[in-house]
Amino acid sequence: MKEEKTIREGEAAGAAVIPAVNKKALIREWGMKAVFIVAAAIFVVVVAVICIYLFARAVPTIGEIGFVEFVFGGTWNPDVGYYGVGSLIVGTSYATACALVVGVPIGLLVAVFMAFYCPKWLYKIMKPVVNILAGIPSIVYGYFGLVVIVPFVRETFGGGGTSLLATAIVLGIMILPTIISISENALRAVPKSYFEGAVALGATKERAIFRTVFPAAMSGIVTSVILALGRAFGETAAVVLICGNLAKIPDSLLDPIRTLSSNIATELGYSTGLHREALIACAVVLFVFILLITVIVMLLRRKKR
Amino acid sequence: MAKELVLKEGEVDARGIIPINRQTLKDKLRAYVKKPFSFAALLLILLASLATAAIVVWILVYVLMQGIPYLKPSMFEWRWSFSNMSMLPSLINTLVISLISIAIAGVIGVFAAIFMVEYAKSTNIFVKIVRVAAETLSGIPSIVFGIFGMVFFVELLGWGYTLLGGALTMTMMILPLMMRTTEEALLAVPDSFREGSYALGAGKLRTIFVIILPSAIPGIVSGVILGLGRVVGETMALVYTAGSAFNIRYAAGPMSQGCTLTVYMYSLINEGNKYAGQAWAVAVVLIVLVVIINGAAEFVGNKLKKEY
Repeated sequence: MKEEKTIREGEAAGAAVIPAVNKKALIREWGMKAVFIVAAAIFVVVVAVICIYLFARAVPTIGEIGFVEFVFGGTWNPDVGYYGVGSLIVGTSYATACALVVGVPIGLLVAVFMAFYCPKWLYKIMKPVVNILAGIPSIVYGYFGLVVIVPFVRETFGGGGTSLLATAIVLGIMILPTIISISENALRAVPKSYFEGAVALGATKERAIFRTVFPAAMSGIVTSVILALGRAFGETAAVVLICGNLAKIPDSLLDPIRTLSSNIATELGYSTGLHREALIACAVVLFVFILLITVIVMLLRRKKR
Repeated sequence: MAKELVLKEGEVDARGIIPINRQTLKDKLRAYVKKPFSFAALLLILLASLATAAIVVWILVYVLMQGIPYLKPSMFEWRWSFSNMSMLPSLINTLVISLISIAIAGVIGVFAAIFMVEYAKSTNIFVKIVRVAAETLSGIPSIVFGIFGMVFFVELLGWGYTLLGGALTMTMMILPLMMRTTEEALLAVPDSFREGSYALGAGKLRTIFVIILPSAIPGIVSGVILGLGRVVGETMALVYTAGSAFNIRYAAGPMSQGCTLTVYMYSLINEGNKYAGQAWAVAVVLIVLVVIINGAAEFVGNKLKKEY
């Protein structure tokens, strides 16, 4: 009431009221800003908590087993106390590499199709199809692999069926959507003039795409491959059903393998004591590999800028 | 009535001119005969695309054919038993876990995205750290989340297998997805909206909640739907956090244990051939859910593309 009286002639009536409103509004503005910052900080906290608790659990275990024996030891046989994840790391790497051999060429070709060849009406069908491929639960892929791919491998190539080859085929299908969608975006981001220039110089459409647009989109394509690598490396539900689960370094494509993730999934249910701790340490090894892959992706993104 | 062409000064009737830079099919074929590698590349591209489409159709059709004969009403009975192998309890558990995790991750993800887009400068070190954290989270495999959930919620906090523990594990998994989709939606809102709002005297907070968020709703909703798809399809993060009780045990609310559809399917597969048909039936339900979820996300996301 006092303020109203002090308003001089010609002064806007609102001017005196604003400070009081501002104070409340300011508190609200700052309060919500703090809430937003906290929400962003939760991301950092979650990652930190995951790292701390997993490492805190795994480091004593690895110390007990012995770092060298744990990471490089080739024998995983909990019954007699051998906890070496070497053969599992090799198995995981083989499975991932073979999956990339299956998935990357097909994925890149489809990405080219989606970006350069696909008529609009077909694109409206292909895009959802790729999205569905990405959305199918991995357990369904695994069961499909177990019932369809494994017998196919057994009858066509011999062996037990549950093998590196079957794993590679199923994982290769699973990483397709990652490669297709990210590579397609990378190809589309290349200025059209690159393509037009190459065609104007007499190159065929394919030559223009593979010799000029591809190199220009390389960093995006490499990113898609590495992301796919990460997905294949950590995949569990599908792999555990079809890889054969034999903790031995495979000699051929038809030998069964065991990956880090399938090792955890098969044994965690009934494990106790040091065995259980060793499986948690297994997850930490997997985690470290994924962290490395993430760092590589981030470095690539930075280079792109 | 043919429309008569009226030529203005300096214009040329282009209809009679034969364009020399047009490639006919014949020209193309001749070029391909000269360049066999290009032709091979074209064939490979078409073949790969056809194969990809065929794989999707093959998987979908195969799953439907195997599962639909087993989709009997008894599969949807209220209580699970050995005689009906009902998947309804798992379906309900899936919904409960989805709701909890999306509610939590949605709020945190949207608020974090608001901070990243509306408040922070991209050079800020804190922003960079949050980005690194989000990127790390989105790369972590589900089994590692599962093991963490087991170590943290089940053992350290002593909850045992709980729906809440599973939901919180899933929350961590879908956080980066929620933030990224919301960020994209917020960035798509033109700056003129913000400027107009400020010019009319609205504060920053009012601008965000009254002007920007409503415009970004389609993008956010499509992110939420995609998050739902992730939760529905997840297996390994839930086996060791939410447990694998087939029946509804809601005495303890969200602190009770229970399996989702995927975990139920995983358990059925591990039983061997005995329950193969039921496992396929669950797969059918999963795939139908995924197709519906993808379609919904697509439908809502397309609304985002409207030009301002």
